[in-house]
Amino acid sequence: METWGSILWPWYLAGPLIGLFVPALLIVGNKLFGVSSNLRHMCSALVPGRLEYFRYDWKGDGLWNLVFLGGVIIGGFLAFHWGSPHDIAISAQTKVALTKLGIRDFSGVAPHEVFSWQALLTLRGFVPVVLSGFLVGFGTAYSGGCTSGHAISGLADFQLPSLIAVLGFFAGGLAATHFILPLLF
Amino acid sequence: MATTLNIETQSNGKAIRMPALLAYLLLGIAFGIVLTKSEVISWFRIQEMFRFQSFRMYGIIGSAIATAAISVALIKWLRLKSVSGEIITIPRKQLGSGIRYAVGGTIFGLGWALTGACPGPLFALVGNGVSVMIVAIFSALFGTWVYGLLGRRLPH
Repeated sequence: METWGSILWPWYLAGPLIGLFVPALLIVGNKLFGVSSNLRHMCSALVPGRLEYFRYDWKGDGLWNLVFLGGVIIGGFLAFHWGSPHDIAISAQTKVALTKLGIRDFSGVAPHEVFSWQALLTLRGFVPVVLSGFLVGFGTAYSGGCTSGHAISGLADFQLPSLIAVLGFFAGGLAATHFILPLLF
Repeated sequence: MATTLNIETQSNGKAIRMPALLAYLLLGIAFGIVLTKSEVISWFRIQEMFRFQSFRMYGIIGSAIATAAISVALIKWLRLKSVSGEIITIPRKQLGSGIRYAVGGTIFGLGWALTGACPGPLFALVGNGVSVMIVAIFSALFGTWVYGLLGRRLPH
Protein backbone atom coordinates (compact mmCIF):
# COMPACT_ATOMS: atom_id res chain seq x y z
CA MET A 1 0.00 0.00 0.00
CA GLU A 2 1.43 3.31 -1.11
CA THR A 3 1.20 6.19 1.31
CA TRP A 4 0.13 9.76 0.47
CA GLY A 5 3.77 10.71 0.78
CA SER A 6 4.88 8.50 -2.07
CA ILE A 7 2.21 9.02 -4.70
CA LEU A 8 1.54 11.81 -7.13
CA TRP A 9 -1.52 13.66 -5.85
CA PRO A 10 -4.20 13.65 -8.57
CA TRP A 11 -5.17 16.95 -10.15
CA TYR A 12 -8.73 16.78 -8.84
CA LEU A 13 -7.36 16.70 -5.30
CA ALA A 14 -4.48 19.16 -5.70
CA GLY A 15 -6.50 21.80 -7.61
CA PRO A 16 -9.35 22.17 -5.09
CA LEU A 17 -6.85 22.09 -2.21
CA ILE A 18 -4.91 24.97 -3.79
CA GLY A 19 -8.19 26.85 -4.38
CA LEU A 20 -9.11 26.51 -0.70
CA PHE A 21 -6.17 28.71 0.32
CA VAL A 22 -8.19 31.67 -0.96
CA PRO A 23 -11.12 31.30 1.51
CA ALA A 24 -8.78 30.08 4.27
CA LEU A 25 -6.71 33.29 4.18
CA LEU A 26 -9.80 35.46 3.83
CA ILE A 27 -11.43 33.80 6.82
CA VAL A 28 -8.34 33.83 9.03
CA GLY A 29 -7.52 37.50 8.53
CA ASN A 30 -9.23 39.05 5.49
CA LYS A 31 -6.01 38.45 3.53
CA LEU A 32 -5.84 37.92 -0.21
CA PHE A 33 -3.91 34.88 -1.40
CA GLY A 34 -0.95 36.10 -3.45
CA VAL A 35 2.68 35.09 -3.11
CA SER A 36 4.49 37.68 -5.20
CA SER A 37 3.76 40.65 -2.90
CA ASN A 38 6.41 39.05 -0.74
CA LEU A 39 9.11 40.03 -3.22
CA ARG A 40 8.11 43.67 -2.69
CA HIS A 41 7.93 43.19 1.09
CA MET A 42 11.41 41.63 1.10
CA CYS A 43 12.85 44.50 -0.96
CA SER A 44 11.16 46.97 1.38
CA ALA A 45 12.60 45.19 4.42
CA LEU A 46 16.11 44.63 3.04
CA VAL A 47 16.83 47.71 0.91
CA PRO A 48 14.19 50.36 1.66
CA GLY A 49 16.23 53.26 0.26
CA ARG A 50 14.42 56.22 -1.21
CA LEU A 51 12.23 54.49 -3.79
CA GLU A 52 8.60 55.34 -3.15
CA TYR A 53 7.46 51.84 -4.20
CA PHE A 54 9.27 50.36 -1.19
CA ARG A 55 8.38 53.04 1.36
CA TYR A 56 5.41 51.61 3.21
CA ASP A 57 4.75 49.59 6.35
CA TRP A 58 5.92 46.19 5.09
CA LYS A 59 5.39 44.60 8.48
CA GLY A 60 1.82 45.79 8.81
CA ASP A 61 0.95 44.88 5.23
CA GLY A 62 3.10 41.84 4.66
CA LEU A 63 4.36 40.11 7.79
CA TRP A 64 1.51 37.59 7.58
CA ASN A 65 2.47 36.81 3.96
CA LEU A 66 6.18 36.48 4.73
CA VAL A 67 5.31 34.05 7.52
CA PHE A 68 3.13 32.13 5.03
CA LEU A 69 6.07 32.07 2.60
CA GLY A 70 8.40 30.76 5.30
CA GLY A 71 5.85 27.99 5.74
CA VAL A 72 6.04 27.20 2.01
CA ILE A 73 9.77 26.52 2.31
CA ILE A 74 9.20 24.32 5.37
CA GLY A 75 6.30 22.55 3.60
CA GLY A 76 8.52 21.87 0.59
CA PHE A 77 11.17 20.41 2.88
CA LEU A 78 8.68 18.23 4.77
CA ALA A 79 7.03 16.99 1.58
CA PHE A 80 10.42 16.17 0.07
CA HIS A 81 11.25 13.94 3.03
CA TRP A 82 7.77 12.42 3.29
CA GLY A 83 7.60 9.24 1.28
CA SER A 84 10.01 7.84 -1.25
CA PRO A 85 11.26 10.12 -4.02
CA HIS A 86 10.43 9.25 -7.61
CA ASP A 87 10.97 10.73 -11.03
CA ILE A 88 8.41 13.11 -12.49
CA ALA A 89 6.31 10.92 -14.78
CA ILE A 90 5.80 13.38 -17.63
CA SER A 91 4.07 12.36 -20.83
CA ALA A 92 6.07 10.42 -23.42
CA GLN A 93 5.69 13.24 -25.96
CA THR A 94 7.16 15.80 -23.56
CA LYS A 95 10.05 13.46 -22.83
CA VAL A 96 10.75 13.11 -26.54
CA ALA A 97 10.59 16.88 -27.07
CA LEU A 98 12.91 17.60 -24.14
CA THR A 99 15.31 14.84 -25.20
CA LYS A 100 15.53 16.52 -28.60
CA LEU A 101 16.48 19.72 -26.80
CA GLY A 102 19.32 17.84 -25.12
CA ILE A 103 17.86 17.01 -21.71
CA ARG A 104 19.30 13.64 -20.65
CA ASP A 105 18.63 13.51 -16.93
CA PHE A 106 14.94 13.11 -16.04
CA SER A 107 15.53 12.37 -12.37
CA GLY A 108 14.49 14.89 -9.75
CA VAL A 109 11.99 17.72 -9.81
CA ALA A 110 13.92 19.88 -12.31
CA PRO A 111 16.66 18.89 -14.79
CA HIS A 112 20.08 18.89 -13.10
CA GLU A 113 21.71 19.93 -16.40
CA VAL A 114 19.95 23.27 -16.09
CA PHE A 115 19.23 23.83 -12.41
CA SER A 116 22.51 23.20 -10.61
CA TRP A 117 25.35 25.33 -9.28
CA GLN A 118 27.69 23.75 -11.86
CA ALA A 119 25.42 24.87 -14.74
CA LEU A 120 24.79 28.35 -13.36
CA LEU A 121 27.47 30.09 -15.40
CA THR A 122 26.66 28.27 -18.64
CA LEU A 123 24.06 29.68 -21.04
CA ARG A 124 21.55 26.88 -20.32
CA GLY A 125 21.84 27.47 -16.58
CA PHE A 126 22.19 31.26 -16.51
CA VAL A 127 19.12 32.09 -18.60
CA PRO A 128 16.60 29.85 -16.76
CA VAL A 129 17.89 30.72 -13.28
CA VAL A 130 19.34 34.23 -13.29
CA LEU A 131 17.67 35.98 -16.24
CA SER A 132 14.31 34.25 -15.84
CA GLY A 133 14.30 34.91 -12.13
CA PHE A 134 14.69 38.58 -12.98
CA LEU A 135 11.81 38.42 -15.49
CA VAL A 136 9.58 36.71 -12.90
CA GLY A 137 10.34 39.40 -10.32
CA PHE A 138 10.02 42.33 -12.71
CA GLY A 139 6.96 40.95 -14.52
CA THR A 140 5.04 40.17 -11.37
CA ALA A 141 5.71 43.62 -9.93
CA TYR A 142 4.71 45.34 -13.19
CA SER A 143 1.55 43.27 -13.62
CA GLY A 144 0.74 43.42 -9.90
CA GLY A 145 0.49 39.69 -9.23
CA CYS A 146 1.54 36.19 -10.15
CA THR A 147 -0.09 32.82 -10.65
CA SER A 148 -1.62 32.88 -7.17
CA GLY A 149 -2.69 36.54 -7.02
CA HIS A 150 -3.94 36.93 -10.59
CA ALA A 151 -4.69 33.43 -11.92
CA ILE A 152 -6.33 32.10 -8.77
CA SER A 153 -7.44 34.97 -6.49
CA GLY A 154 -8.12 37.46 -9.30
CA LEU A 155 -9.93 35.10 -11.67
CA ALA A 156 -11.94 33.61 -8.78
CA ASP A 157 -13.23 37.15 -8.12
CA PHE A 158 -13.90 37.71 -11.87
CA GLN A 159 -11.53 40.65 -12.16
CA LEU A 160 -10.77 41.70 -15.74
CA PRO A 161 -7.22 42.95 -15.01
CA SER A 162 -6.32 39.48 -13.76
CA LEU A 163 -7.70 37.86 -16.91
CA ILE A 164 -5.51 40.15 -19.05
CA ALA A 165 -2.50 39.29 -16.87
CA VAL A 166 -3.17 35.53 -17.11
CA LEU A 167 -3.47 35.74 -20.90
CA GLY A 168 -0.09 37.52 -20.78
CA PHE A 169 1.35 34.74 -18.57
CA PHE A 170 0.40 32.15 -21.20
CA ALA A 171 1.49 34.26 -24.16
CA GLY A 172 4.90 34.75 -22.57
CA GLY A 173 5.13 31.11 -21.47
CA LEU A 174 4.28 29.77 -24.91
CA ALA A 175 6.77 32.12 -26.59
CA ALA A 176 9.52 31.12 -24.17
CA THR A 177 8.81 27.39 -24.52
CA HIS A 178 8.56 27.26 -28.29
CA PHE A 179 10.93 30.03 -29.43
CA ILE A 180 13.46 30.83 -26.70
CA LEU A 181 14.11 27.43 -25.14
CA PRO A 182 15.31 25.83 -28.42
CA LEU A 183 17.94 28.57 -28.70
CA LEU A 184 19.45 27.73 -25.32
CA PHE A 185 20.16 24.08 -25.95
CA MET B 1 16.56 46.96 15.67
CA ALA B 2 14.40 46.52 18.75
CA THR B 3 11.28 46.75 16.64
CA THR B 4 12.18 43.58 14.74
CA LEU B 5 11.64 41.64 17.97
CA ASN B 6 8.15 42.99 18.30
CA ILE B 7 5.92 40.29 16.84
CA GLU B 8 2.69 42.19 17.13
CA THR B 9 2.34 44.63 14.31
CA GLN B 10 -0.23 47.08 13.10
CA SER B 11 -2.37 46.50 10.06
CA ASN B 12 -5.10 49.04 9.45
CA GLY B 13 -5.07 49.72 13.16
CA LYS B 14 -5.53 46.05 14.00
CA ALA B 15 -2.82 44.03 15.65
CA ILE B 16 -1.85 40.72 14.08
CA ARG B 17 -1.38 38.43 17.03
CA MET B 18 0.72 35.36 17.44
CA PRO B 19 -2.09 32.79 16.96
CA ALA B 20 -2.92 34.37 13.59
CA LEU B 21 0.73 34.30 12.55
CA LEU B 22 0.85 30.64 13.54
CA ALA B 23 -2.20 30.03 11.35
CA TYR B 24 -0.44 31.69 8.39
CA LEU B 25 2.65 29.57 9.05
CA LEU B 26 0.62 26.35 9.09
CA LEU B 27 -1.24 27.37 5.93
CA GLY B 28 2.09 28.10 4.25
CA ILE B 29 3.40 24.68 5.26
CA ALA B 30 0.28 23.04 3.86
CA PHE B 31 0.68 25.02 0.62
CA GLY B 32 4.32 23.92 0.28
CA ILE B 33 3.27 20.29 0.75
CA VAL B 34 0.48 20.50 -1.84
CA LEU B 35 2.75 22.26 -4.37
CA THR B 36 5.36 19.52 -3.92
CA LYS B 37 3.11 16.46 -3.91
CA SER B 38 1.14 17.69 -6.92
CA GLU B 39 4.45 18.34 -8.76
CA VAL B 40 3.32 21.87 -9.64
CA ILE B 41 6.84 22.95 -8.69
CA SER B 42 8.42 20.78 -11.38
CA TRP B 43 10.02 22.37 -14.46
CA PHE B 44 9.04 19.19 -16.31
CA ARG B 45 5.34 19.70 -15.50
CA ILE B 46 5.48 23.33 -16.63
CA GLN B 47 7.03 22.22 -19.92
CA GLU B 48 4.32 19.60 -20.33
CA MET B 49 1.71 22.32 -19.79
CA PHE B 50 3.14 24.83 -22.27
CA ARG B 51 3.43 22.05 -24.86
CA PHE B 52 -0.22 21.03 -24.32
CA GLN B 53 0.85 17.43 -23.73
CA SER B 54 -1.03 16.80 -20.52
CA PHE B 55 -4.31 17.94 -19.05
CA ARG B 56 -2.85 17.77 -15.55
CA MET B 57 -1.75 21.39 -14.95
CA TYR B 58 -4.89 22.75 -16.61
CA GLY B 59 -6.98 20.49 -14.39
CA ILE B 60 -5.16 21.75 -11.32
CA ILE B 61 -5.34 25.45 -12.19
CA GLY B 62 -8.92 25.19 -13.45
CA SER B 63 -10.25 23.33 -10.42
CA ALA B 64 -8.32 25.65 -8.10
CA ILE B 65 -9.99 28.69 -9.70
CA ALA B 66 -13.43 27.01 -9.58
CA THR B 67 -13.02 26.09 -5.90
CA ALA B 68 -11.80 29.57 -5.02
CA ALA B 69 -14.59 31.23 -7.05
CA ILE B 70 -17.33 29.21 -5.33
CA SER B 71 -15.77 29.94 -1.93
CA VAL B 72 -15.51 33.68 -2.62
CA ALA B 73 -19.10 33.81 -3.88
CA LEU B 74 -20.28 32.04 -0.71
CA ILE B 75 -18.25 34.34 1.52
CA LYS B 76 -19.76 37.41 -0.17
CA TRP B 77 -23.28 36.01 -0.14
CA LEU B 78 -23.07 35.12 3.55
CA ARG B 79 -21.28 38.44 4.29
CA LEU B 80 -18.82 36.53 6.43
CA LYS B 81 -16.48 38.21 8.85
CA SER B 82 -12.91 37.06 9.27
CA VAL B 83 -11.68 35.55 12.53
CA SER B 84 -9.90 38.88 13.03
CA GLY B 85 -13.37 40.52 13.04
CA GLU B 86 -13.29 42.42 9.74
CA ILE B 87 -15.94 42.13 7.05
CA ILE B 88 -14.24 40.18 4.28
CA THR B 89 -13.58 42.33 1.23
CA ILE B 90 -11.52 41.75 -1.89
CA PRO B 91 -10.02 44.93 -3.32
CA ARG B 92 -10.75 45.63 -7.01
CA LYS B 93 -7.71 46.03 -9.22
CA GLN B 94 -7.64 49.22 -11.28
CA LEU B 95 -7.78 48.44 -14.99
CA GLY B 96 -6.22 51.67 -16.24
CA SER B 97 -5.03 51.22 -19.80
CA GLY B 98 -4.47 47.53 -19.09
CA ILE B 99 -0.92 47.76 -20.44
CA ARG B 100 0.68 46.83 -17.15
CA TYR B 101 -1.31 43.58 -17.05
CA ALA B 102 -0.66 42.61 -20.69
CA VAL B 103 3.02 43.57 -20.81
CA GLY B 104 3.93 42.74 -17.22
CA GLY B 105 2.04 39.46 -17.52
CA THR B 106 3.89 38.52 -20.70
CA ILE B 107 7.27 39.32 -19.13
CA PHE B 108 6.30 37.19 -16.14
CA GLY B 109 5.21 34.35 -18.46
CA LEU B 110 8.57 34.34 -20.25
CA GLY B 111 10.30 33.87 -16.92
CA TRP B 112 7.75 31.36 -15.64
CA ALA B 113 8.26 28.96 -18.56
CA LEU B 114 12.06 29.15 -18.57
CA THR B 115 12.63 28.86 -14.83
CA GLY B 116 9.71 26.44 -14.53
CA ALA B 117 8.47 28.11 -11.38
CA CYS B 118 6.35 31.03 -10.30
CA PRO B 119 7.11 32.75 -6.98
CA GLY B 120 5.47 30.20 -4.63
CA PRO B 121 7.19 27.19 -6.23
CA LEU B 122 10.54 29.04 -6.26
CA PHE B 123 10.49 28.95 -2.47
CA ALA B 124 9.04 25.42 -2.26
CA LEU B 125 11.90 24.25 -4.52
CA VAL B 126 14.45 25.58 -2.05
CA GLY B 127 12.71 23.44 0.58
CA ASN B 128 12.96 20.53 -1.85
CA GLY B 129 16.72 20.92 -1.89
CA VAL B 130 17.09 22.67 -5.27
CA SER B 131 19.38 25.19 -3.60
CA VAL B 132 20.36 26.98 -6.82
CA MET B 133 16.86 28.46 -6.82
CA ILE B 134 18.10 30.79 -4.08
CA VAL B 135 19.89 32.57 -6.94
CA ALA B 136 16.61 32.75 -8.90
CA ILE B 137 14.93 34.25 -5.81
CA PHE B 138 17.62 36.94 -5.53
CA SER B 139 17.22 37.64 -9.25
CA ALA B 140 13.48 37.96 -8.74
CA LEU B 141 14.08 40.35 -5.85
CA PHE B 142 16.37 42.38 -8.10
CA GLY B 143 13.67 42.35 -10.81
CA THR B 144 11.10 43.66 -8.35
CA TRP B 145 13.58 46.30 -7.17
CA VAL B 146 14.20 47.44 -10.76
CA TYR B 147 10.43 47.81 -11.18
CA GLY B 148 10.46 49.97 -8.06
CA LEU B 149 13.16 52.06 -9.71
CA LEU B 150 11.61 52.40 -13.18
CA GLY B 151 7.94 51.69 -12.60
CA ARG B 152 6.80 55.29 -12.61
CA ARG B 153 8.14 55.78 -16.12
CA LEU B 154 6.38 52.71 -17.54
CA PRO B 155 2.89 52.82 -19.07
CA HIS B 156 0.24 51.44 -16.75
